Amino acid sequence: MPYSSVVCVKQVPDTSNISGQVMKPDGTVNRSKLPTIFNPDDLVSLELALQVKDMYGGKVTVITMGPPPAAEVLRQSLYMGADDVALISDRRFAAADTLATGYALSMAIRKIKDFDLVFCGRQAIDGDTAQVGPQLAEKLGIPQVTYTEKIEKVEDGWLYAKRKIDGGFERVRARLPVLVTVFGDAAVPRPFNAKLVMEKKRARSQFELERMSEDNPFYYFYNDLHKLEEKGLLIPTWIIEDINAEEEKCGLKGSPTQVYKVENVVLTSPERKRYEPTKADLERLIDELMGDRIFG
Amino acid sequence: MEQISGVWVFAEQEDGHLHDVALELLCKGRRLADHLKAPLSAVLIGHQVRSLAPVLYSYGADCVFLADDERFRHYLTLPYARVLVQLVKSHEPRVLLFGATSIGRDLAPRVASNTRSGMTADCTDLQISDVTQRGQLYKDLLLQIRPAFGGNIIATIISPNSRTQMATVREGVMKMEKPDKGRQGKVIRVDLDFKDEDFVVQLLERYKERPRVNLKAADIIVSGGYGVGKRENFQLIEELARVLGGEIGASRAAVDAGFISRDHQVGQTGTTVRPKLYIACGISGAIQHRAGMSESKKIIAINKDASAPIFDIAHYGIVGDVAEVIPRLIEVYKQKSR
Repeated sequence: MPYSSVVCVKQVPDTSNISGQVMKPDGTVNRSKLPTIFNPDDLVSLELALQVKDMYGGKVTVITMGPPPAAEVLRQSLYMGADDVALISDRRFAAADTLATGYALSMAIRKIKDFDLVFCGRQAIDGDTAQVGPQLAEKLGIPQVTYTEKIEKVEDGWLYAKRKIDGGFERVRARLPVLVTVFGDAAVPRPFNAKLVMEKKRARSQFELERMSEDNPFYYFYNDLHKLEEKGLLIPTWIIEDINAEEEKCGLKGSPTQVYKVENVVLTSPERKRYEPTKADLERLIDELMGDRIFG
Repeated sequence: MEQISGVWVFAEQEDGHLHDVALELLCKGRRLADHLKAPLSAVLIGHQVRSLAPVLYSYGADCVFLADDERFRHYLTLPYARVLVQLVKSHEPRVLLFGATSIGRDLAPRVASNTRSGMTADCTDLQISDVTQRGQLYKDLLLQIRPAFGGNIIATIISPNSRTQMATVREGVMKMEKPDKGRQGKVIRVDLDFKDEDFVVQLLERYKERPRVNLKAADIIVSGGYGVGKRENFQLIEELARVLGGEIGASRAAVDAGFISRDHQVGQTGTTVRPKLYIACGISGAIQHRAGMSESKKIIAINKDASAPIFDIAHYGIVGDVAEVIPRLIEVYKQKSR
């Protein structure tokens, strides 16, 4: 029996590769200078959704909420085999905390209507909160299976999965529709499919076409817009009205948490002793530690 | 019904054993509650767990909300969330804290979403303070403090308009204090109101092994980071730990690189440790890591990069390649301890 899946993904700054060039003079990170990537756990959750489709048939829709450049992760999703994508993008979504994000995603998924499984990565590397998945499930009024490391099967309206817990694992079954958050070790994401890359590489969002027309006054983007739409290569952009969201529950307004202050970390160095990696110095070090009764 | 607001802690237990993090949070919660001049309550959900109430009193709870039912024998998201949502809605606690365990991180956001409460994950400190923002004074807010983006900033998060301010905290971050066996408290039984749809997730099998790694109890920890270079080199870390009689730790980068399993991870999203001696090998010292080990009594840093921030908090710094320094250190220690 075929199943419909919705996968929620996020484009994130690549916090694992912070180099000197992205540091501001005051030592903080210039977020806009960081390269962006497909959030790693989300990539794995897309892989699991595609595996469900490979096994049972059905459809995979990928959505992301973010600024216009986030269309890139949707193109990559198409290259991997997603059937449909949508970009949820509106200035009024900006500065959303996890609760407001969960709400906006829930409204977008309600618009898609027809779904059996919702997939999220366990957490995003820029916040590490792991909150959006469960908050979204609650907003949708459906059960959740977090920390999923394996989907065993989907059968007779139930999902069978193995999930990681502290120091072990659980096997559970959950009635559809259900939201699953996926552990990064759960699978290896498939590479881009060369044929799909050829087919989908011209997929663009309306924002991207507008940007092209800003750069070139002789470029009339509506021509392309219609052409792309006919070919099914227009990445739809949903604003607040498209998903029937209440503005007060979105973005900064809809976020109960606020950043009150941000401090640069000042390291208070203790009395520090430098040692050379020589035998003599290491002997001195061990002597000192033994004198302090650190060992034994 | 008497409303008991104040500070609440989710008293996580499994098979009748309270999780350490719940007791740590009660100790912290006690201080927050005293600051607010408000009571401290624990929410205890399980099956035949009433006998745990006196333990919760001894760590500072004035009151224990007890939800005891056969169907709570094992943790399940929806029935547990049902109880908490019901309690939060009727008592409106000012503060609600959870351990950032696999259970707490599954449950807390679900409760926050339903009750529209502001919530911050993995806090490394919690304080109560008045806050003035845009000319408006907010009395006694919970400051939710955690390292943020990129690792060289500390963010203070507030939820000024939330009735209930929620946070999760990793095990070991808050200090456990000595229990006071003489403390008294009271149990309030929670009326249960389940619905069929609370049981649409069923547990088929559960496997838990006794934790193999006990970082919190170790006097000596030898930790390896990404700078160790490769998985094979990690054996040096293991050997040094064995020779010194210590435990093996790791930075998140080392865990993510597959050098060692996640239960060894020290730091904001791993375990917070306070050993007598912490040896950081090939660890650059991002704040998320430092948050989990900076209170160690003595810190030795071994790193090729002389400008690595780890040297700023180390008592002893050795600039050199881990693969050369560690074997030499082992040799010297063996000679000296003979």
